[in-house]
Amino acid sequence: MSREILADVTAEHVLPGSGMVAPRNFEVRPKTGTDGAALDSDLLEVSMGPHHPSTHGVFRMDVVLDGEIVVKLKPVFGYLHRNHEKIAEGTSYLASMPYTDRLDYFCSLTNNWAYALAVEKLAGLTVPDRAEYIRVITAELTRLQNHTCLVGFLLMDMGALGTPLMYAFREREKILDLFESLTGARMMCNYMRFGGCRVDLPPGWIEGAQQIADEYPRFLDEFENLLTGNEILLARTQGVGKLSAELAVNASITGPMLRASGVDYDLRKVDKYGFYGRFDFRIPLGDHGDVYDRYMIRILEMRESLKILQQALKSIPAGPIIDPKAKLRGFRPKVGEAYGRIEGPKGELGFYLISDGSPNPYRYRVRPPSLINLTVLEDMCLGHSVSDVVIILGSVDIVLGEVDR
Amino acid sequence: METLEQIKTRAETAVPGARLDLIPNDSPSGQRSLLVDAAHAVAVATFLRDDPQLHLDFCSNATGVDWPEAELTEKVKVKKVVDGVEKEVEEVRKTKRPAYLEAVYHLYSMVLKQGPVILRMRTGNRTDDVRVPSLTPVWRGCEFQEREIFDLYGVVFDGHPDLRRILMWDEFKDFPMRRDYVEPDDYEYEPTPHDEVHERAKAHYATEVKL
Repeated sequence: MSREILADVTAEHVLPGSGMVAPRNFEVRPKTGTDGAALDSDLLEVSMGPHHPSTHGVFRMDVVLDGEIVVKLKPVFGYLHRNHEKIAEGTSYLASMPYTDRLDYFCSLTNNWAYALAVEKLAGLTVPDRAEYIRVITAELTRLQNHTCLVGFLLMDMGALGTPLMYAFREREKILDLFESLTGARMMCNYMRFGGCRVDLPPGWIEGAQQIADEYPRFLDEFENLLTGNEILLARTQGVGKLSAELAVNASITGPMLRASGVDYDLRKVDKYGFYGRFDFRIPLGDHGDVYDRYMIRILEMRESLKILQQALKSIPAGPIIDPKAKLRGFRPKVGEAYGRIEGPKGELGFYLISDGSPNPYRYRVRPPSLINLTVLEDMCLGHSVSDVVIILGSVDIVLGEVDR
Repeated sequence: METLEQIKTRAETAVPGARLDLIPNDSPSGQRSLLVDAAHAVAVATFLRDDPQLHLDFCSNATGVDWPEAELTEKVKVKKVVDGVEKEVEEVRKTKRPAYLEAVYHLYSMVLKQGPVILRMRTGNRTDDVRVPSLTPVWRGCEFQEREIFDLYGVVFDGHPDLRRILMWDEFKDFPMRRDYVEPDDYEYEPTPHDEVHERAKAHYATEVKL
């Protein structure tokens, strides 16, 4: 079989009609012995996953290897597919809200927000000031814990077994405690409603969040002290899994991965949804688009999130938390459609809804950032070794609940 | 950003022969869309991507919608002369909507930070004429999403580099996101060489006791 695959992978890797050439940083050379005679070497096809700890869930890659070098990689999805969209079309708008928690189970509050935002666009609901502030605060806390864990997992993939991840989980647990006191659940929060939020902040919550915002920079310094300049981390990540800005834009890559390639596109600045227009923060950008930049972007984004938190916690107003016009029962938006999107921790999370005037959405679509960010996985992995594939995948930041839906 | 009408006229002059239709949207979101005919879709999409004023370089979302045949009722106010007096009378007008599948693309510009422009393509029907051109050559971000539309709705994209099922398994026959999809009784059933043996073995089991 090796000869056919060889012919396939050495063919010009041009995307048909686009005039774009995918980056090819590898070359399959015939192996020769010491006397110069050709060796009879074969390509090896390996199935990585679905039950492999480094694939972050039930995700599989069909990898063709030349020695230890990847010459072809095809991701295989669907092991966690439960047709979330079909289920949502068979039930009312509100009943899908707890189900959105299960998409990206690390960031249920941003999932809630994206869905609520799309429905608010569809039905023309407004959100009271206090609710918008709560949304910003909870979303930034979600981003903090997601990025912290991602860095922990990434280091785990590099072989730093346990320690960085335990540091990350220690901090994440503090944030999850806050979520639990606010929503009743650590991960499956089901907190936001169309036109506002479900419950108001409990007493002492702001102080608790303030304490996290105050203490987090120390943790980040400690974390970075251990990691950022670490020789092994530098050797493993710099120049690995490069992604050009041109390809990233064309392949609809979003989130930290896009910004690591140097494209300035953050929906918090572009759409200014919620109250992000009111806060002073900056968008960190990478230069090289390699795994190191993607690691660094997350660290810097956490620092910017803390800036937003500090401002939001100090200026949160009193008032109602839900639009009085919003109906929980008998909610029937007018006939029409809407696409709403937010900057989730993993990228652009969008919901596309079509209403036919009935209590159920006619079409309910989730735009999954994790799935679409995997479009360029093959391009990033070609020419690297198997151990690099693991950290390149880790730096994409996927959650299979969202990839497979 | 330009209005959708301006984009429509400019695209029609830039791509000779292309016909675009404006699809209204009555919801408060006000996101109207452009329906493009399949024959010129790639040319129109390339125009939208490369035009310096639009620069829609980012295809955010691509998805399918299933529209089975339906009878639409519409209430229209008509002026009629009733008993010599002109009055406004509500009339119910019925129109038939043909069956088709739809592919919807949400386009944004990362450079100019504008959008969305929503592009739609429709198939001829839901059974045998389900081909539309793939926009993956224009925006590579459509690659997995078009595979998903093919997988769940059965729209066939001409020119897609790798059109396979993505979420369902390869041997799966139906298209689960269609409105008229019926779930099979037993997802797990797979024919085995032993089916016949099992069938014959049933004779040896005790028959069900009915009280």
